[in-house]
Amino acid sequence: MGFVGSLIDRDQLQELVARGAQLVEVLPADEYREDHLPGATSIPLRQLNRETAATLDAQRAVIVYCWDMA
Amino acid sequence: MAPRAAARLETLGFGEVHEYKAGKLDWMAAGLPTEGTNSLHPRAGDAARKDVPVCSLTERLGDVRDRVKAAGWDAALVVDGDRVVLGLLRSKELAKDADMRIEQAMRPAPSTFRPYVSLHEMAHFMEEHNLESSPVTTSDGKLVGLLYRADAVRLGMPPK
Repeated sequence: MGFVGSLIDRDQLQELVARGAQLVEVLPADEYREDHLPGATSIPLRQLNRETAATLDAQRAVIVYCWDMA
Repeated sequence: MAPRAAARLETLGFGEVHEYKAGKLDWMAAGLPTEGTNSLHPRAGDAARKDVPVCSLTERLGDVRDRVKAAGWDAALVVDGDRVVLGLLRSKELAKDADMRIEQAMRPAPSTFRPYVSLHEMAHFMEEHNLESSPVTTSDGKLVGLLYRADAVRLGMPPK
């Protein structure tokens, strides 16, 4: 089964972050270095595994994003 | 990419995962701040003048011209009720017959630029295309401000 969480827009993102959600950019690290959303953590998709995910708090909401909807 | 990351996080036991579908492009196009090396360089949205006069399609050109000049400007943006840019009035359009409606006098559908474009890039483009000013809008067409070439050159191409 694929992703069952919710798709959110910019306003919802800001509300969730204000309530403590964690932001994760899954683009390659060089793209993260150039620009990322304030407070975002970098976990490139290819490096997303049990170890890297352990840097996040599984009890709090997580928001993932990349460059656009493609 | 993000849907796969979200799915993977769910398999790793994360109970509440969301995907910001429109992504970083949407965020930056809205003129919102970012962190990172690029954020150290000025962008179009930083230098665009946010207090540019605006008017609606149905106004009389003479009235708008008086208002624009009284405010010390030589340009105005034509917007709808949501501040979506519909047209541009530069000196040439503002000099037309005072009794024209804005809809007839304006330069319709002007080229617009997103706020995240670097001022360096904007300065080169505006010089190359001889643009005295360019509207900066969000990705949904809402006005951020008017960027003057002089500002783009001054801030984006510092003297060597």
